[in-house]
Amino acid sequence: MSDGPRSNESRKLKPSKLRPADVVSVGSSGLRTRKMRTALSALGITIGIAAMVGVLGISESSRADLQAQIEALGTNLLSVQPSGGFGGGDGTLPEESVAKVSRIGPVERVADVVEMEQTILRNDVVNPNETGGLSVMAADLDLLATLNGDVSTGVWLDEAKASVPTVVLGSVAAERLAVTEVDQGPMVYIGGEWFAVVGILAPFPLAPDLDRAALIGKPIAASMFEAELNPSIIVLRTRAGSIDQVRSVLGPTVDPQSPDEVSISRPSELLEAQDATESAFTNLFLGLGAVSLLVGGVGIANVMVIAVIERRNEIGLRRALGATRAHIRRQFLTESLILSVIGGLAGVVLGALVTAGYSTAQGWQVVVPPLAIIGGLASAVIIGAIAGLYPAMRAARLAPTEALRAT
Amino acid sequence: MTKASPATIAQLTSTPALELIDIVKEYPGTPPVRALDGVSLRVEDGELAAIVGPSGSGKSTMLHVMGTLDRPTTGQLRIDGRNVSEFGDRRLSAVRSQLIGFVFQQFFLIDGMSALDNVANGLLYAGLPTAKRRVAAAEALIKVGLAHRLGHFPNQLSGGERQRVAIARAIVHDPAIVLADEPTGNLDSAASEAIMELLHGLHQAGSTILVITHDRELASSLPRQISVRDGRIETDTSPSHSNDAGSGWPAGKSAPGHTASSQLLNRANDE
Ligand SMILES: Nc1ncnc2c1ncn2[C@@H]1O[C@H](COP(=O)(O)OP(=O)(O)OP(=O)(O)O)[C@@H](O)[C@H]1O
Ligand SMILES: [Mg+2]
Repeated sequence: MSDGPRSNESRKLKPSKLRPADVVSVGSSGLRTRKMRTALSALGITIGIAAMVGVLGISESSRADLQAQIEALGTNLLSVQPSGGFGGGDGTLPEESVAKVSRIGPVERVADVVEMEQTILRNDVVNPNETGGLSVMAADLDLLATLNGDVSTGVWLDEAKASVPTVVLGSVAAERLAVTEVDQGPMVYIGGEWFAVVGILAPFPLAPDLDRAALIGKPIAASMFEAELNPSIIVLRTRAGSIDQVRSVLGPTVDPQSPDEVSISRPSELLEAQDATESAFTNLFLGLGAVSLLVGGVGIANVMVIAVIERRNEIGLRRALGATRAHIRRQFLTESLILSVIGGLAGVVLGALVTAGYSTAQGWQVVVPPLAIIGGLASAVIIGAIAGLYPAMRAARLAPTEALRAT
Repeated sequence: MTKASPATIAQLTSTPALELIDIVKEYPGTPPVRALDGVSLRVEDGELAAIVGPSGSGKSTMLHVMGTLDRPTTGQLRIDGRNVSEFGDRRLSAVRSQLIGFVFQQFFLIDGMSALDNVANGLLYAGLPTAKRRVAAAEALIKVGLAHRLGHFPNQLSGGERQRVAIARAIVHDPAIVLADEPTGNLDSAASEAIMELLHGLHQAGSTILVITHDRELASSLPRQISVRDGRIETDTSPSHSNDAGSGWPAGKSAPGHTASSQLLNRANDE
């Protein structure tokens, strides 16, 4: 404290100023003294952000898992079928197609299946018209290797088994026929003959048609049912990088007369496309998250309006201490921002935990997309700013004398 | 305009801490309330004065106007030589942050903060870094006799101690004038006396202090009493000690104050 007289010269008036670090501490002081209320009012934002991060995280994790599956199954698989159009003949490809395809340079493996007209039944007493959507196919021994497939129980066909009445069931077919194991020597009834089930296949994500098939050897198909062995489907693996090149020559190779009647597909592309379609479930949860964010924002605005009314005296005091209207506005805007960012951070953590929990339970790898985290925090900031705007303006507009009046 | 005593001339040559020139404050309403009805007043640097008057006489309104918390309807206000009548919000806030210290009847301490931080708040809007604010706050708390209570929170302090903290906050930035509205209004007589003693001590150390009270006895212990009734100054005991206040300052420096001071003296003499 100085003694003696003052004058204009003795004291230059500097503008009131609130340092950035002080803006944060002033903006958080109200929250620090009311911790319970802070937690509760941030909850709406937390739930909203958690829902969004969780949904995006789970769908991203499932996508990553599918991608990994596709990667494991290989993207170099092509499938050739007769196109179903008019004049497509009997729905088969020329018999020598497989041999021709195998002569295309970059083709590493090729196999075919022949669709049979016989039906498969659980036994000889069920109604033969009830085939349950299952089909019987005569398969190349190379089929399993070409598809990177696997048996879940029993064995795949070999030279010997292909000539006798044995059958390997696709996963869906086995389920429909109620065959769960092969040790007890289960039998099924194909085209009026008994066949022994020797194996059950694991699902083919790249060829779901085969999941519903009963596969028998080509020799037994020819000898028992006198089937013509024109391929119904040819599957092949190409060398990596040559897939487009192979694809372009497949049609003319398989059917030089009418290459247009040959349809070529890349099963991994179908899987990817299927993945891209967002489920209604995802959208529902995103919608719920958005509603929760909205409600959370309204909640914060409400709590801030109450805080401004409750802390009138503090506002008056700060004005008396030299705070400008802008300082008061900044204080309450900061408080609202901190509130919603706390909610946002908690929501991101919660959403990540939900993602981790669900994905781990599903056996997927855990992916929390950075965009969901950034988006979550950004929306928290935006909501906090909007929710705090009106209360902060109200606080700033409050006349100091009004604010200082005893409550 | 007639009786210019030597004391008056000395006054006119100095820069007063505070000067009100024909201040009118009307609150809107039907009919409007004229809370201040042409108040002129000059407070010299280093004065300790009481403003007394019955309830509703306009004391708080006067203090709010003096402290730039409220704008007068008409009239001029000068603080530390500055005509602040035309100032906008930002510059008025700067005036409050550096030239004025407030003490209120209800203390208005922030509950979640220690005594030290409450006092440091007195420098918050001056833009000083925290460490410097705390050092100054500790010094101010020592001055008001609370060296042993720096880390205590308001709810751990007695009423008298709380008001001491508030006074420390009002002087921490070394203001041109301290404005206290019923500082002992919420205190028992012992605590009130201690607060008045503290104000005397601060006055002796050089602070300029204006105290509102409706306690005539308490007011009579102060060097100057200004009595307010119905928004007008009724009596004003002559500032006896202000002769030396402006020594060394060139004459005519604060010419605008001339008329007002003369009016004020005339009015006082008329009583
Ligand atoms: N915001 C306001 N609006 C309208 N009238 C007001 C307002 N504030 C004060 N008044 C009126 O102005 C007059 C002076 O009030 P003020 O608070 O200054 O009195 P006071 O001398 O401080 O009284 P007390 O000793 O009771 O505190 C009173 O008549 C009061 O009713
Ligand atoms: Mg009052």
